[in-house]
Amino acid sequence: MDLDDTPEEATFRAEARAWLEGEVEPLAPGEAPAAISEFEDPDEIERSRAWQARKAEAGWACFTWPVEYGGRGGTSTQRSIFAQEEARFRIPPDVFTAGIGMAGPTLLAHGSDEQKRRWLPGMARGEQIWCQLFSEPGAGSDLAALRTAAIRDGDEWVVDGQKLWSSAANLADWGLLLVRTDPDVGKHAGLTYLLVDMRSPGIDARPIRQITGGANFNEVFLTGVRVPDANRLGEVGGGWSVALTTLMNERSSLGAGGTGGALGVRALIALAAATHDERGPLLGDDAVCEAIADCYVRSKGVVYTSWRTQTAMSRGVPPGPEVSIAKLVAGRMRQDMMALALDLQDLFGAVVASDPAADHLPWDHGYLFAPAARIGGGTDEVLRNIIGERALGLPPEPRVDKGLAFREIPTGR
Amino acid sequence: MNFDFDDDHRELQRAARALLDDRCTLRDVRSVFEGPAPFDADLWDAGAAMGWMGLAVPEADGGLGLGYLELCLVAEELGRALAPIPLSSSVYLGIEALLLAGSPDQRARYLPRLAAGELIATLAVQERRDRVAGFDLQTRFEDGRLHGVKAPVPDGECAGLAVVVANGGSTLALVELDGEGVRREPLASLDPSRSLARLHFDGAAAEVLGADGDGRHLLDRLYDRAAVLFAFEQLGGAQRCLDLAVGYAKERYTFGRPIGSYQAVKHKLADVFVAVELARSNAYYGAWALSTGSDELAIAACLARISATEAFQAAAEEGLHVHGGIGFTWEHDAHLFLRRARLLAVELGAARRWKRTLVHRLAARP
Repeated sequence: MDLDDTPEEATFRAEARAWLEGEVEPLAPGEAPAAISEFEDPDEIERSRAWQARKAEAGWACFTWPVEYGGRGGTSTQRSIFAQEEARFRIPPDVFTAGIGMAGPTLLAHGSDEQKRRWLPGMARGEQIWCQLFSEPGAGSDLAALRTAAIRDGDEWVVDGQKLWSSAANLADWGLLLVRTDPDVGKHAGLTYLLVDMRSPGIDARPIRQITGGANFNEVFLTGVRVPDANRLGEVGGGWSVALTTLMNERSSLGAGGTGGALGVRALIALAAATHDERGPLLGDDAVCEAIADCYVRSKGVVYTSWRTQTAMSRGVPPGPEVSIAKLVAGRMRQDMMALALDLQDLFGAVVASDPAADHLPWDHGYLFAPAARIGGGTDEVLRNIIGERALGLPPEPRVDKGLAFREIPTGR
Repeated sequence: MNFDFDDDHRELQRAARALLDDRCTLRDVRSVFEGPAPFDADLWDAGAAMGWMGLAVPEADGGLGLGYLELCLVAEELGRALAPIPLSSSVYLGIEALLLAGSPDQRARYLPRLAAGELIATLAVQERRDRVAGFDLQTRFEDGRLHGVKAPVPDGECAGLAVVVANGGSTLALVELDGEGVRREPLASLDPSRSLARLHFDGAAAEVLGADGDGRHLLDRLYDRAAVLFAFEQLGGAQRCLDLAVGYAKERYTFGRPIGSYQAVKHKLADVFVAVELARSNAYYGAWALSTGSDELAIAACLARISATEAFQAAAEEGLHVHGGIGFTWEHDAHLFLRRARLLAVELGAARRWKRTLVHRLAARP
């Protein structure tokens, strides 16, 4: 075991740090990195785009992608080293999760050469914001039950239906669109995966106000939307396996948020030390200590699990279903941590912080946002099924829709 | 970065597992569990022949001079097998105490025999049920003599040497248990495959280990080291419980389908899997800190200890539950794991204490 960089890794880290120092301001001691953003400020989006473009221009973007598609042809270790270094600087929040984190890997796995050349380099340069058009009002966790239909018309598909919970669809240039192209076969077999230009006529993305007060996820209405067949990823009827690639990448990119937990715990300790009751600072309360420790143990467990995965990958072993752990644990941990922070303040825990940029984290916003981490990208229950069935090899839940054509599947409506 | 064990470590682990598969089946564990002997002496000798006790002891002190990474993986296998031998007392606590604070003379006298498995050591801390570890200690060490009562002392029945916390915690005293002025009284153990005893000291000859007055500090450091090794034992036990429960959930049918296909059971086992994987990752970090002598050990030991304790307990409790009524019977092995999980959960102090320590150490960091 050796947690130090290898000589090559150390050289790479030094180069990355030197480049970052020439480009951006470092975070001040104790300063929190950019919080989760709901991207309601156009300037913030432009800063995010500009930072991505700058990284791509200098060769610090999309490390594992081939050079011909705008990447660096590098390793996942380089990617994590750069991310670690980047986290020490004052960089804008990242608006490219659905693009670079999900669309990119899906295109690399399932796209034709022409499709990769068409989208990937621009994606790496931050020219496109992407969104995911998967969920629907009647489907939810049963994603393959979606009803948005696409009918072939010459070289085009004509799409009609409604999508839901599509983050950033109101800002996006492109969408990852899963549609039903054949209702007369089983529900998984009748799906096709399309890439849709979000400026196409017939697309109406309406922001939905969330519990945080922000409005960056959307319901998206698709009415007679024409999508060229050249934008199809994978086979007609083969959309489910393409979607699984997207979902796997979604979970691992969302789970990476667990690394922020340790920082939150430091802030929580500071809060407990600075807040007093009649017996003294709350940090002296055993129940408080135990609750803080529970958060810290989980957050570090997630980080060290990612180190194990990284080590395995550097030895050529692909990551397994255990990567689902990160999102499951980190989501719940964040919710517990935020709730504890509000508890520590008694009734002031119900007062919205007027200055979230002060020396504490915006706990109230964090608490309201936390459920998203337990729902988006697969609920806790979905993830437990995945772990149970793929990591432990337990038998699947029997399904009454098995062997039925989609059209014949009973529904509640 | 290389956050994993290497092939040569794994080779040693495989050898330990092969020996334990052969010599330490659950039937063997049960014969100690239900029999009069405090431990499995044949298994102890076989382990000694493999060099288990001396893995992390320098060659100059009669050990193999390998390291803690090797010892961690052997500990994991011992935990997996529920090995009924006093390795944790003798090696993680006894040998480590001597490595930490022993004088050259004390090391020369005891380490070669401990490393060879010819002598068994233990650590005696607590005294009374209503006084938790380290608090209000009455045992006195004065003028080379020890007076007091220690209980419960793990493996106190079979140990030949004890490190005794005395003088309110300020002194660690080293005492040979086969000498004059020592009386042993067996205590019924919740896990009879690991024995507990009460030790009475009535003017027994003893000597100071480390600097007098430094006892509490030494004990903290000793606990940090031992916590990582205990964590690997707990991890091995937890993984075995999970494996057994998953196997049963695939084979046992109810209402026409395997119980593992029900979400209530599947999600329970998924949660145990998550706890075990987090414990493994935290234990690895502890292994790294221990093996490199890093200052991070103060935090890493807490993480490893808390995570492994919770994982073994969850795996033992939920593993038994998945087996239903059969899991509640004396004949079934589930209670052997439940008992071991409980013993290990409190042997170095309960998780509650480690959580408090963790947060205070984090708060004291710059």
